[in-house]
Order: sequence, then C-alpha cells, then structure tokens
Amino acid sequence: MTAQEVDKKKMVVVEGSYAVAHSVKICKPNVISAYPITPQTHIVENLSQFIADGEMPDCEYHNVESEFSALSALVGASAVGARTYSATTSQGLELMHEVLFNVSGMRLPIVMTIINRAVSAPINIWNDHQDSISQRDTGWIQLYAEDTQEAADMTAQAHKIAEDKDVLLPVMICMDGYILSHVYEPVVLLEQDLVDEYLPGYAPVFVLDPKNPMTFGAFAAPSTYTEFRYLQEQAMGVALKKIEDAANKFNEIFGRYYGGLIDEYETEDAEIIIMAMGSIIGTIKDVIDARRSKGEKIGLLKVRSFRPFPVEATRKALKNAKVIVTLDKNISIGLNEGALCTETKACLHNTNIDAPVIGYTVGLGGRDIPIHTIENIIDQAKEVMSSGITVESQFTDLREDLI
Amino acid sequence: MDVKEIRIHGRGGQGSVTAAELLAVAAFEDGKYSQAFPAFGVERRGAPVQAFTRISDSPIRLRSQIYEPDYVIVQDPTLLEVVEVASGTKDDGIILINSEFPPDKFELDTKANIMTVDATKIALDIIGRPIVNTVLLGAFAGTTGEINPESIKDAVKERFPGKVGEKNAVAIQKAYDIITGAKA
Amino acid sequence: MKIAPGGVCKPGTTRVNKTGGWRTYRPVYDYDKCIKCKLCELLCPESSVLPKDDGFYEFDYDFCKGCGICANECPKQAIEMVLEEK
Repeated sequence: MTAQEVDKKKMVVVEGSYAVAHSVKICKPNVISAYPITPQTHIVENLSQFIADGEMPDCEYHNVESEFSALSALVGASAVGARTYSATTSQGLELMHEVLFNVSGMRLPIVMTIINRAVSAPINIWNDHQDSISQRDTGWIQLYAEDTQEAADMTAQAHKIAEDKDVLLPVMICMDGYILSHVYEPVVLLEQDLVDEYLPGYAPVFVLDPKNPMTFGAFAAPSTYTEFRYLQEQAMGVALKKIEDAANKFNEIFGRYYGGLIDEYETEDAEIIIMAMGSIIGTIKDVIDARRSKGEKIGLLKVRSFRPFPVEATRKALKNAKVIVTLDKNISIGLNEGALCTETKACLHNTNIDAPVIGYTVGLGGRDIPIHTIENIIDQAKEVMSSGITVESQFTDLREDLI
Repeated sequence: MDVKEIRIHGRGGQGSVTAAELLAVAAFEDGKYSQAFPAFGVERRGAPVQAFTRISDSPIRLRSQIYEPDYVIVQDPTLLEVVEVASGTKDDGIILINSEFPPDKFELDTKANIMTVDATKIALDIIGRPIVNTVLLGAFAGTTGEINPESIKDAVKERFPGKVGEKNAVAIQKAYDIITGAKA
Repeated sequence: MKIAPGGVCKPGTTRVNKTGGWRTYRPVYDYDKCIKCKLCELLCPESSVLPKDDGFYEFDYDFCKGCGICANECPKQAIEMVLEEK
C-alpha cells in the first residue's frame, strides 16, 4: 500500500480552518491570543470551542481588543516560557506590524497562521499575498502552504523550527484565504501520539520570572544594535537547514513531505520553470502534466520558505532553465514587480545563470486563476525562449474595459 | 483523470455551501477524492451565491473556480432571472432545478439535460421547513448516479445529528425515489 | 560579553554606570534637625536617599545628581546644598 493509500484510510473531509485548528490543539500551546477577522475566523472559533469543551486543559485563550494586543499579549506569554499561537490576516496583520519586530527581535518563537487576504483600500476580503509579503522584513520566518494538509502539518513543523535553540525565531504559516481556509477536502488530522514524538515540549532558554529577574526587550545602543540584527540574520541562516530537517523528520514519522525550503516538480529537464507560492501550486501542476503529455518541457519550483529565502536551493534548481517565470499574488507598486520576481532576479544576479526572469502579477484581491491563465503565461514564456525578453513584469488578466 | 465538477446556485442562507460540503463528504465516503469550496460574494441573506464541488478518482490539485460544470444544481428557480445558471455547462451535463414544473417549462441556453424536482414540497412535507439543500442532493444522487444516496444520508446525519438528520434522510430518499421514477 | 538570544540579560546593569559626577552641589545632612518624615526619600528622583536602620538617612553620592529637591522640600531645613570641590 502506498503512503497515499495509507493516508486515505485515515482521512476525513473537513474544512481547511478546522484541520489547522486541530493541529494547533495537538501541538499543545499554553497561550492563544487572537482577534477574529475574516477569513481567519473559523480557526479561532474552532480553537475557542476546543477550549470551551475542555479539550485543551493546559491552554488559556486570551480575549483581546485588537490584533496589536493579541500579539503583544503573546510577547509576555512567550517570555514566561509558554508555547504560544495566534492567527490573523490582512488588516489585522498590518496592525501587528510594530509588534512583529518586537517578537523577532526578542527572539520569541511565536507561531502564527496567516490566512492570506488582500489589504485595503479598496476593501476586499479575498485572497492575495500582499498582507504577509508586506511583513517580509520583520524578521519572521514565512512558510507558504499549497493545500490544507500541508498547512495543518506545517503547524507542527513551525513550532519545531521556531523553538529550536539555534533558531529562536517566530514563524508565519501562510495559507490562502478561502481557497484553503474554507475548502472542504480530505485531510489526515494530526495524531497526538505522533506529534508528541515529533515535537517535544517547549524548553525556553530564558524565562521571565519575578523570582529570578531578567531584562527582556533590552535597550541596544549603536555599539550593540548592529550585532543584534546580525545575530537574527545568522539565525535565519541556521533556519535554512532546520526547515529542511523539520520537513524530513516529519516525513520520517508521518510519511508526508511537501519539500523543505523548496519543492521541485518536473524540473529535471525543464526549459521553462514556473516559480510560485501557495495554493496556486496545484493548478500549475495540473497544467504542467497536460503540457508534458504534449512533450513540452515545463517544470515548477514551489517556494515553500520565502523567509529565509532559499538562495542556494533556488540557484541549483534553476541552473539549466532557459526561461524562468515568477507568479506573484502581490505587487511592489512603483517597481511593478511582485516580491518573488524581485528576489529571484536578485539571487541569480552575480551568478552565471543568465536565463530571463519574467514576472506576472496574478490573483490580486481574489481574482480567480483559471487554467487558461497559466496556459497563456506558458505560451508567452515559450515566445520569450525563442525571441528574447520584452517585458520584465506585468499584470495578468487585466480588464481593459475598466481602465 | 476522471473529474466531475458540480456548481450549486442558491441564495445566501439557503445552504448552498453546506450542500457542496455534504456532497464532498459523501463522495469521499464513496471512496472518491473530493473538494468543496464557496464563491463568497456579498455575504448576506438572499443574495445569489455559488458553491462548488469536485469529485475525482485521484487527489484533486486544481484550485480554480468551476467554469464548465458537469452538473448544476439550482436551489431557487427565481435565480434563473438573475443568474445564467447554465453558463458553461457541458453538453452532456445535467441541470437540476428545484421546481414544481416539468423541465420543458425552462428555456435555457444549453444542450445539457434539464431535470426538475419539487424539493420545496418534499421539504415542507417531511422536514416541515422549506430547507431544500439536502433534498436536492438526494435528487442529484438519483439523476446523476455519481454518488450513493446512503453516503449522502450518512453525511447529513453526521452533520445534523438526531431528529433533524433523520428527517432530512427521509426527505433525501423521497427525492431520490421520485427522480429515479421520473427518469425511468 | 556575548549577546544572549534576544539580548536577555540580568537587570540593574546601569549600576556600573555611576552618574554622581554630574553634581555641582552636594546635599549635606544634619541629623540633629531631621524628624524622619521621609519626604526626601520619597521625592528623590534618583532614589539616592537611602534609609538606615535607625530611621535616619544617608545619601548615595554615586548617583545623586545634586538637584536639591530634598533640601528644598525638607520642612526642618535639615539638608544643605554645598558647592562640590572637584
């Protein structure tokens, strides 16, 4: 019986948000603090229910008046040695911005699910990646899930990575709003005994305790501030390996693997390699299978870890590509590029890989990404392969009738 | 890969999303893989909404909305005036409409087969409330043969334990019997 | 000294950073006039009026900046500000 068949026997059809909330419960956090916001709400509703039903006896759910307070409460809880969890999206994440820096600077291993959603204005509750990408430089690890199973499994991996003594960095688990948070599909709910084997209890290096006073969130003068940042960067470097280790160890115990820093699909001999993150990965795989059956050498590079950015792994995966395509559900206005496009070009510069990188901004504010959109992009990439690059980055599926 | 795509049209509050989810649960119980998701719009009671279900023999990776459904379920015939429910439906597909009238009353721009079932009457008779989403799933099972009606009943009884689930199960069977009788 | 993760450290590190040298006038205490009212201790912005076991006070000249609040507020004029000889 294949691993897939084994899993199918254990699967149940539940909503993505439930699968993640279940994982959170199984990871036994001590303090949860979150503020409800669409489309994150189902996760925190489920967690509140678990607690009300007495299923999480060692966990306290802190009700707060804003996302700023939610994360601030976790700063204190994490400092006293609690395993901590939150979830948010869009405006809620933007409101946390200031606290995000405090969490990573204080090296508190808080884990937070980001249900990716567009940001206002115009107000829009649907999916894109602008919310989390805008927090790129806050010092949090950012992992992107392609389906609900990966998002659920990533929760356990995130705690393991964050709490590693050589890492001690907070982790955002990013999953697409509605597309993954509200989808019902078969999923294996994490088993308590296997998670207990995979994820030991959180053993903090320092504990905030009145009996043994210590200073947390210390002041740093110009004489030391640089070194604080350097140490965070160094920890991100360590996280590169720890993210791979966490994925491999998970595979060993649970028999499921989605890649470590990246995952490659049909890249071996690929002339065109598409790079993307999140739920669009599955759709691209379907298109690649169809194109491969016609003999077209198309491959997919899934970026699972956006921070730390997998520079070496990306270079290695792209070394024989003739054209590289990046799909971004976010845009840096004023550069007309998404973050994946910019970062990919940056990591190939100063190397001998000189394949053109062409960027597409897709799926903003929940615009659906149907198969034919991917087909068109591949066709354009084939043109670039024969006639060279003309446009570096562009909006996709623009409605000309509106502009 | 044999994938069947289903689009459910309803109005906010009529349980279209729940119907899509129950269909996914039932299909999985039948040994298939499944996926159900909503297309949320302005989320208010009475506004037209859509929900989708995919059913397949192998794991489903595709995440786009459904544009060329094999099957369409219309919970409320008044939607026909405001939504193109037949849009993109495959020529050999089926459009199942909740209506007291026979299929030939409906002139839709499609080659798909139109079927009707008076789900509102069945629901009022058996459940006592005009909640038609589960009833239509019984008719869906009967008219398409894609799904075992027992699996639908199990899914409904699990979601709505007790009396409510039991009544729904009876209504599901009734709709199944009527539509299979009508088909034969 | 290495920076610990997050810069967590023992509190009270400013003790090594003695700031009393900033002072121009130093408070001098007259025990005969003092009635142990505690005003000087309560009002000192630098916590540099230290109680002794007998209820009287002494000054912590390592951190006293010579602001004179204690002398100004003392109801018995028991504290006199005297020019420092540096």
